[in-house]
Amino acid sequence: MSYISLSEKDRQEMLARIGVRTADELFGGVPGDVRLKRDLKVPGPLAELELIRKMESMAAKNSSNRLLSFLGGGAYAHFIPTVVDYLSQRGEFVSPYTPYQPEVSQGTLQAIFEYQTLVCQLTGLDVANASLYEGATAAAEAVLMAQRVKSRNRVLLARTLHPEYRETIRTYIKNLGIEAVEVPFTSAGTLDAAALARLLNDATCAVVVQSPNFFGVCEDLKAVADAAHKQGALAVAVVAEALSLGLLESPGRLGMDIACGEAQSFGLPLSFGGPYLGFMASRQDYVRQLPGRLCGQTTDVEGQRGFVLTLSTREQHIRRERATSNICTNQALCALRATIFLETLGQEGLRELAWQNVQKAAYAADAVEAVRGARKRFAGPVFNEFVVEFSKPWPAVDTALRTKGILAGLPLERDYPELSNTALICVTELRSKEEIDRLAQALKDVLR
Amino acid sequence: MYPNEFRYTKDHEWLKLEGGEALVGVTDFAQHQLGDIIYVDLKPVGTKLGAHQPLATIESVKSVSDVFSPVAGEIIAVNDELAQTADIINKDPHGKGWIARLRVGNTQDVAGLMKAADYEKYLEGLEEH
Repeated sequence: MSYISLSEKDRQEMLARIGVRTADELFGGVPGDVRLKRDLKVPGPLAELELIRKMESMAAKNSSNRLLSFLGGGAYAHFIPTVVDYLSQRGEFVSPYTPYQPEVSQGTLQAIFEYQTLVCQLTGLDVANASLYEGATAAAEAVLMAQRVKSRNRVLLARTLHPEYRETIRTYIKNLGIEAVEVPFTSAGTLDAAALARLLNDATCAVVVQSPNFFGVCEDLKAVADAAHKQGALAVAVVAEALSLGLLESPGRLGMDIACGEAQSFGLPLSFGGPYLGFMASRQDYVRQLPGRLCGQTTDVEGQRGFVLTLSTREQHIRRERATSNICTNQALCALRATIFLETLGQEGLRELAWQNVQKAAYAADAVEAVRGARKRFAGPVFNEFVVEFSKPWPAVDTALRTKGILAGLPLERDYPELSNTALICVTELRSKEEIDRLAQALKDVLR
Repeated sequence: MYPNEFRYTKDHEWLKLEGGEALVGVTDFAQHQLGDIIYVDLKPVGTKLGAHQPLATIESVKSVSDVFSPVAGEIIAVNDELAQTADIINKDPHGKGWIARLRVGNTQDVAGLMKAADYEKYLEGLEEH
């Protein structure tokens, strides 16, 4: 199919074939009094050079490339190897549509199968889907899945689970008769185990906990899993910083039944919020309740290995209103980027990358603690972000730091009113020692 | 082709009354319509059902169909063989492919179901359309 626009000759030929003289005649069915009798009020066309100049001058108003950012909280700035762009932008990957016809989609399907395999390896679980939209909806789908598996209508959400994930879950369950109860956190910044024990009952389908949690602190997933299982509930692990899976023990090995979350850290730029990449994996027992697409490996009529979307009877185009989800897609291109990213780094590279995050965050935490007027709020072990409490109100600190060209952290008070004058500071491998020192010095100046 | 001792529903289930209990399955017509059956999701033993409530779901590669209970009753046994070999329903729908055994709430309800000859006539009517 040619995408070159029509010439006047093409138009005339088509009109003649249809049997009308002008394109306007085709709209004869639209009443005259609602037809617009003037040109649309849009600016005229620009030459390519004018257009480039115009866009460049608009883009120059962005300050993000001039600011030193320590922002995290669900979206993470990581290095993306050039090969990720290069391969994922190949026409063979960028142009094909959904792989519903396996006979012409083996390349796409193989990539999806590799992605699912990687998710299983990282989460320590048996089966993964072909991806969901992003972390928040992945968490919501996990809750719905747990409700279906257990036929119980109460779910416990850790308050240390990302605020927007909790909000999204509430939106999803709003009209389904599922009750969500929040489990408080302790002064250490982790899920309150005693409160969890009190809140768990035999009407609970799942406990949903994030690790590292929204405060950056690592939770005791094994303890949560054990507590949940005692009451016959599922244990759901949410991971917002997927890179942590490169270093921390996998949720599956710690007893989690479902692991889900955000894989943006694997080769996706921040992009002002998306497109991101939701992942989900579970124990084999629950495969028929998994939402989303599933790519399976099989053999063709000649006995050759092949890949195909499978267990389609879970999905809405067959099961309609009783489908496991109304999602009928996956984030194919984003999942591909994540696959290329992970396969480029390999297990060793991923571990090294994760370790650099831990080390730099630790260095930063020490540097910040050395500043009078700033202290680490929670004592628990962190991966690459941590909460800092300031002696001065955060808005003033933030403004002063921005004047110095630094975006130091995410304020927490809006979602956690008891945590006033605190911010979440994230340090990834992108932050150099000099940049971290600059943050510490700037804090020192501002808090003086 | 359709056993005389069975009774039949418009949704192509068969029922075999044995005292106060009934064996339930789907007919040869149904298994043929469904194609290769790959999975059967059975409601657990102990489930109490009204007439026409689903007691199982049958999946083929491209479809999902409910199996409705022909009469009100309680499931007292399910065919565990189906978990391993769901296609018994294709191979022997009226025999080894039975799906569930019910304790029938009211055996009078069975009288309202079609006899074999009526079911065969019903099938002919369907094929004409």
